[in-house]
Amino acid sequence: MASSAGSSDAILVADDIVVRFETPEGPITAVDNVSFQVRPGEFLSVIGPSGCGKSTLFNVIGGLLNSHDGVVTVAGETICGPHKSIGMVFQEESTFPWRTVTDNVAFPLELVGMPKQKRVERARHFISLVGLDGFENRYPGELSGGMRQRVSLARTLASEPKILLMDEPFAALDEQTRLLLGDKVLQIQQELKQTTLLITHNITEAVQMSDRILVMTYRPGKVKRMVDIDLPRPRTSEIVGSEAFGRYVAEIWSDLREEANRGMRDEEKSALRREERAS
Amino acid sequence: MTMVASPPAISRRDYSAALVGLGSFIAFLLFVEALIRFGFLNRFIVPPPSEIVMSFGRLFAEENIVHRFFFTAGECLLAGVMVTIFGISIGVIMQRFDLLRRACETWVAAFASAPLVLTYPLFMVIFGRNAWTIIMMGFLSALPPVILKTIEGISGTRKVLVNVGRSFNLTPGQQFWKILFPAALPTIFVGIRLGLIFALINIVGTEFLINFGGLGQLINDLAERYDLSGTYAAICFVILVSVVFFIALEKAERWLRPVD
Repeated sequence: MASSAGSSDAILVADDIVVRFETPEGPITAVDNVSFQVRPGEFLSVIGPSGCGKSTLFNVIGGLLNSHDGVVTVAGETICGPHKSIGMVFQEESTFPWRTVTDNVAFPLELVGMPKQKRVERARHFISLVGLDGFENRYPGELSGGMRQRVSLARTLASEPKILLMDEPFAALDEQTRLLLGDKVLQIQQELKQTTLLITHNITEAVQMSDRILVMTYRPGKVKRMVDIDLPRPRTSEIVGSEAFGRYVAEIWSDLREEANRGMRDEEKSALRREERAS
Repeated sequence: MTMVASPPAISRRDYSAALVGLGSFIAFLLFVEALIRFGFLNRFIVPPPSEIVMSFGRLFAEENIVHRFFFTAGECLLAGVMVTIFGISIGVIMQRFDLLRRACETWVAAFASAPLVLTYPLFMVIFGRNAWTIIMMGFLSALPPVILKTIEGISGTRKVLVNVGRSFNLTPGQQFWKILFPAALPTIFVGIRLGLIFALINIVGTEFLINFGGLGQLINDLAERYDLSGTYAAICFVILVSVVFFIALEKAERWLRPVD
């Protein structure tokens, strides 16, 4: 089931990424020599315990963090900042509360100077794609958390990125909503043949949606292994009941358990050190 | 996946609140009237509300109150426009340049609590005994809250919204007008409201002190004539200026940002 990096026709290549941070306790290597490739149309998930540098990796690939070693390329072009080919969906609620759903989704179209009528039509297409028909004129404050995340997803999709980069977009949602939204993302991904890179700590979510899963170690975040998910497509959340699904979840959990334990012990030690310093 | 129902534009609760507020105010006036009529309050210190109401006609007929109302409101409007333009601009510049902010924020905050109205002789020397002295006093006293709240509003913009802008490759100008400014708008409006309160107090106070202009001068005249009911009636017009500006500001805020 395990495999190494992807093929040479990759649309996204992360090569030897290293990120270090200065902290009061000294320098910390958050991400260490991480390399992987994503093929066009592929759904790749990056999974790891809390503190393994997943979100740091998200910021590096999204071009929001430039102080790193190593290179990220999109279709052969090196990333030195946010790139128009990469659309980002954030973990935190990121809709603009002062804009209606339509205006939120039309935001990237407004930036490229698309005429109003055309951008409203385009926005409605993406609103429909994420299943929010009828809510076009609502404000985010009138929607549930799951619906707001779908607005964020539609807004990112409206910019028609080559790569959809998502950082735990459903982390704040309950399990049932998360599974149903997973279905929606899968449906969209299959419909648009959208290359997707999902950062998550949720094994079920990763197995449900991915073609491959990159498992990371606890700090410093390194590639522990790459797992091919050989489950039939098109998939829905019904797949979570299958035997093969359970085997993948168990396999990835056995990889992650050791790392998660290490992370927990490390956090306990840090808390004790802080307590000692305070006293 | 529950959806939060949107409230109707003006609900029955809003009407009820307005009615209760108006009812409480009328009840308070009746209570004061009763206290005066039964001798618990001296009518030569606090005039009965009924006499204040009766003196409104006199203000219209003899004191040119409409002209004075618009004079003071005009000064307040000009000070408000100036403070909005300059206050927000200074706040944005201070927020943008950290050194400037750290160097000046305390001074601006200290300036807010300074009794500026006492510096009116200086302004009279600079501008003369005219409306500009009054407008500048109002403008300067209103600046600190607008500057401080603009800084607070922009600094308080959620980082994820800024990152959304960055992910879409916004220029600094787009980042400001499309994300930072609308996100900070509710806080900036708090500053403008506070600023207008300071401006109105200082405008009426300066009119009173230099005996020039609109409602402040009239209040001075009436007080010197010991026309207490007229004085209180004129004060009601100052409150009316304040109410008009607050309603206009609320409309402007709803127009710029329809939801919180």
